[in-house]
Amino acid sequence: MIKKIEEKFFLWLMKIITGSLILGFLFILWVIVEKGWHALSWQMISEVPQGGFYFGKGGGILNAIIGSLYLAFGATFFAILIGLPVALGMNVHFLRNRRWVSLLRFLLDALWGVPSIVFGAFGFALMTYLGLRASLLAGIITVTLFIVPIFIRALDEVLRTIPGGLLEASYSLGVTKTRTAYGVFFRQALPGFISAILLAFGRGIGDAASVLFTAGYTDQIPHSLLEPTATLPLAIFFQLSSPIPEVKERAYAAAIILTGIILLISIVSRLSTKKYKKNIL
Amino acid sequence: MALSFPISRKLMDKVSNTWLNVATFFLLMLPLVIGLGLVLESLPLLRTHSFFQMIGSAEWSPLEGKFGFYAFIIGSLLVTLISFLFSAPVCLLAAIYLTQYAPRWVTQVMYFVMDVLAGIPSVVYGVWGVLVVVPFISQYAAPFFGFTSTGYCLLAGGVVLAIMSLPYILNMLMEVLRNIPIELKEASLSLGATYWETIKRVLLKQGKTGIIAALNLGISKALGETIAVLMVVGNVVQVPQNVFQPAYPLPALIANNYGDMMSIPMYGSALMLSALLLFLIIIVFNILTNVLVYQRYK
Repeated sequence: MIKKIEEKFFLWLMKIITGSLILGFLFILWVIVEKGWHALSWQMISEVPQGGFYFGKGGGILNAIIGSLYLAFGATFFAILIGLPVALGMNVHFLRNRRWVSLLRFLLDALWGVPSIVFGAFGFALMTYLGLRASLLAGIITVTLFIVPIFIRALDEVLRTIPGGLLEASYSLGVTKTRTAYGVFFRQALPGFISAILLAFGRGIGDAASVLFTAGYTDQIPHSLLEPTATLPLAIFFQLSSPIPEVKERAYAAAIILTGIILLISIVSRLSTKKYKKNIL
Repeated sequence: MALSFPISRKLMDKVSNTWLNVATFFLLMLPLVIGLGLVLESLPLLRTHSFFQMIGSAEWSPLEGKFGFYAFIIGSLLVTLISFLFSAPVCLLAAIYLTQYAPRWVTQVMYFVMDVLAGIPSVVYGVWGVLVVVPFISQYAAPFFGFTSTGYCLLAGGVVLAIMSLPYILNMLMEVLRNIPIELKEASLSLGATYWETIKRVLLKQGKTGIIAALNLGISKALGETIAVLMVVGNVVQVPQNVFQPAYPLPALIANNYGDMMSIPMYGSALMLSALLLFLIIIVFNILTNVLVYQRYK
């Protein structure tokens, strides 16, 4: 009897918890949207800050939106450049050398766990060492270091599921390792590749701690890699600490924009994963 | 054309292999270089102050050259502990339900929710914490227990952190529970155990190391989280006496003071040392987790 009651009790507890997780998620989104939607306007996303912006006067946060996009695109590009060969290499070139692969995986796991603020501090140290000012370039370098492990880990997860028979079939046809990696494995993992890119991009665009030291902040849209740039997370952060209600409202609106970008990425990732599944053997 | 093809293929192979080696080498060196860079930057402080004295002392006044990290380390650990106490049971129960009981569509919905929750930037969680958690604590939770609080406190930091680390822990826990061989479950059920008994005695026991690894992952995420915590935790240099008092975790210290670090001697170095501390804590933590998981698969 007690057994039955215990089972019933835990089953209901688990149901309640799972339900409240989903409700809690909707609650978080609702709070953000409810607070910020009336400050959201076309001006907000199409103009850079004007004089007195931080006292509640006109202007928008286009500088931060563009800055964040530049930063995230740049960093994602470099992350692919470094990460794609390594992820493929771990599953094709180094496959025979198990120790080596597990060492690499361990290192990536460790890097994955390193908080972005540490990357930020390291980026700052690197920046002073190289003689760079806080700039778009320094921000891109830091965010790249931060998202490379995330990208490789996500892609590796997909590549690992590809059956070894494909590798053998490809080798038996006399195909080189490189062609096997890029022609067979990459093609097979294309949906995973896209979602890994989007994951890395989302992480890059949303992170504040790594760019706090390195990207600087400015009211202009950057015209070169050596100029400082504003970013969306920092725009939210700075405006929220203002005592003026209008400025605070803008922070909430900016949070909607950022969350919207993330949601969009998540949905696109889901759809494209479905769409490119066709290419898989 | 037919002749040039093999040559260009060889060339392509060579270029790609070289780049692969360069990229791999770069990644191998990265943790080392980060550690080394942070050590180099914090050397000026380490030369004049004893490392263990700084860790054990709670005196923090950079203007007088006193750098005691004790309050920050305790703040970091406490906020992580609170988040762990919230997130661990919730995640475990939800993971059991989602992998053992739930209908398929619920699991599908949850996967989407976890995806989005993991993607929401930390600054947005911070905004949410300021809007919801902080007023709730100052108006209801703290008076209920007989304390007065501004709401910007340890508890607020812990709650926000718990929600942030939820999707990571839950995702990994579900992975662990789903990979337990179904035969074990069937054997237990066929011996007359109830479903819940099977979960308690077989599933949780079999998945023990995986569960610990998942919880460790959540802890290391919580330890390093910066902006969201910084926004709700109060940032007062002290060793908090209860959960309704403000605290000052290490990442918040680094993020809050980067502006002043050029003007006060040794200040920059002290911040780099806190980054180094954080880096070391998390690397050691990860190594321990990996050793644990690795031993299981041996």
